[in-house]
Amino acid sequence: MSEYVAVLMFILAGAGIVLVTFFMARMLRPHNPYPQKDINYECAELPVGSSWIQFNNRFYIFALIFVIFDVEVIFLFPWAVAFGQLGLFALVEMVVFILILLFGLFYAWKKGVLKWV
Amino acid sequence: MSFWPIAVLELYPVFSWLHDLLASIGLPSAWLQPLIYLLLGAMIFGILSLIALFLVWWERKIAAHIQQRFGPMRHGWHGWYQTIMDAVKLLQKEDIRVVTRDKVVFFWAPVICFVAAFLAYVVMPWGDGLIVADLNIGILYILAVTTFTVISLLMAGWGSNNKYALLGGMRSAAQVVSYEVPMVVSILTVIIFVGSLSMVDIVKSQSGLLFNWYIFRFPFGPIAFITYLIAATAEVNRTPFDIPEAEQELVSGYNVEYSGMKFAMFFLAEFVNMFTVSAIAATLFLGGWNGWEFIPSWIWFLFKTLLIVLLLMLFRWTYPRLRVDQLMEFAWKFLIPVTFANLIVAGIFKYLGWYW
Repeated sequence: MSEYVAVLMFILAGAGIVLVTFFMARMLRPHNPYPQKDINYECAELPVGSSWIQFNNRFYIFALIFVIFDVEVIFLFPWAVAFGQLGLFALVEMVVFILILLFGLFYAWKKGVLKWV
Repeated sequence: MSFWPIAVLELYPVFSWLHDLLASIGLPSAWLQPLIYLLLGAMIFGILSLIALFLVWWERKIAAHIQQRFGPMRHGWHGWYQTIMDAVKLLQKEDIRVVTRDKVVFFWAPVICFVAAFLAYVVMPWGDGLIVADLNIGILYILAVTTFTVISLLMAGWGSNNKYALLGGMRSAAQVVSYEVPMVVSILTVIIFVGSLSMVDIVKSQSGLLFNWYIFRFPFGPIAFITYLIAATAEVNRTPFDIPEAEQELVSGYNVEYSGMKFAMFFLAEFVNMFTVSAIAATLFLGGWNGWEFIPSWIWFLFKTLLIVLLLMLFRWTYPRLRVDQLMEFAWKFLIPVTFANLIVAGIFKYLGWYW
C-alpha cells in the first residue's frame, strides 16, 4: 500500500507547483481592472443575461448512456486480467454480456437517442 | 532501505544517497519516503514542462512547414526558444477576472486540469527501471485520473459565466465521455493478452523486437491500435475532434475567459495530455522501452512516444474538423460496436492460442 503515497505526494506536488506559479505571476504582473475590461467576452457585444441557464438535454442523454457503458467496462477489467486462467466459460459469459449491452445500444439507436439534433 | 518499493533502479544510487543524506539530518524515517516522492514529483514536473515547451515549438514548426511557411525563426536557431519567451510573456500578463464569474470554480479549474494530467506520470514507465511507483492497477489508474480533466473543463466552462465557454465545456464533456468507452475497450484488448494492469508487466510481456509488440502480435492488433489512436485524439480534444475549442465558432471554447498563467496551465495540461496518450499507445502497442539493446531504454520510449505525437500533429494539419453530430454518431454507431467486436474476437484468439 505504501506505493500509493506517491499518488498523494504527486497531488501535493502538482497543486503546489501550480499555486506557486500563480503566486509568482501575481508578484510580476500588472493589475489594472476597470468595468469594461471585466465584462464577459462575447466578441465585443454586451452579454445579454447570465449563461447559467438550462441547457440542451442531448448532453445528459449521452452522459446517461455513457454511465451504462462505463459500468460495463468496469466489469470487463477484472475479466480481462483474469482471462488467462478462466477459460471457455468466462469467454462465453462475457460474449453474452457484451451482446446484451450491444443490443441495448442498438435499441437506443433505433429509438433515435443517438441522433444529435 | 526496507521501505523501498520504488522501481527507480537506474536512479537508485542518487536516491539512496539522498535517502541517507536526509536520514543523517535526523528526519524521522516515516517522512523520508513521502519526501522523496515529492522530489520525484518536482523532477517529473521539470521534465514535463521541458517536453511541453518542445512540443509547442515542434507543433508550430510542423504547422508552418505544412503551410509552406517557416514559423518561429527569430529567437535562436529556427526559433528554438520561442516558447520559453512565450511562457515568460504569459507570466507577466494581467489576470483578467470577469466580474460575474464563480470565484472558487474559476480559480480551481486550471489547477485541477493540470494535476489530473500530471497524476498519470506516477505510473508512466519512462524506461527500464525508470518509473516512480509501479502500482499494480497501472493503466486503470491512468484512465481514472486523466478523466478528471473533463471535470476541470466543465468547471472552467461553468465558472467563466460565458456562453462560449459553457458550450465548449459541455461539448468537451460529451465528447470525452463518448470516446472514453472505445478507448478503454481498445486497451482491454491488449490487457487480455497481458493478464496484468501494471505498466511494467505490460512492457515486460512484449520484450524483444517488432513482432513481439502487441500491435503485430495478434491479427487484430492493428485495428485495436487504430481505434485507440482515434479515441485518444478525441480524448485530448485535438483536431479533427476539436469542437470543444473550435476557434472559428467558439473562440477557443472553455478557456476563453482565462488569461496569463491560468491560461498557460490549461495549455500546458493539453500538451501533457497529448504526451500521455501517446506514451500509453507506445507502452501498450509499440513495446514501450523495448528495442535494440545498445540504445538506452528511455530513448526508445521517447522515440516511440514522439513518433505518435508527430502522427497526432500531422492529423491536426491534415484533416478538417468534424461536426458535432458526426462526431457523436461516429463514436456511438461505429467505434463502440467495432471495438467490442474486436474485443470478442481477441478473446477467442487468446482462448484458442492463436497468437505468439
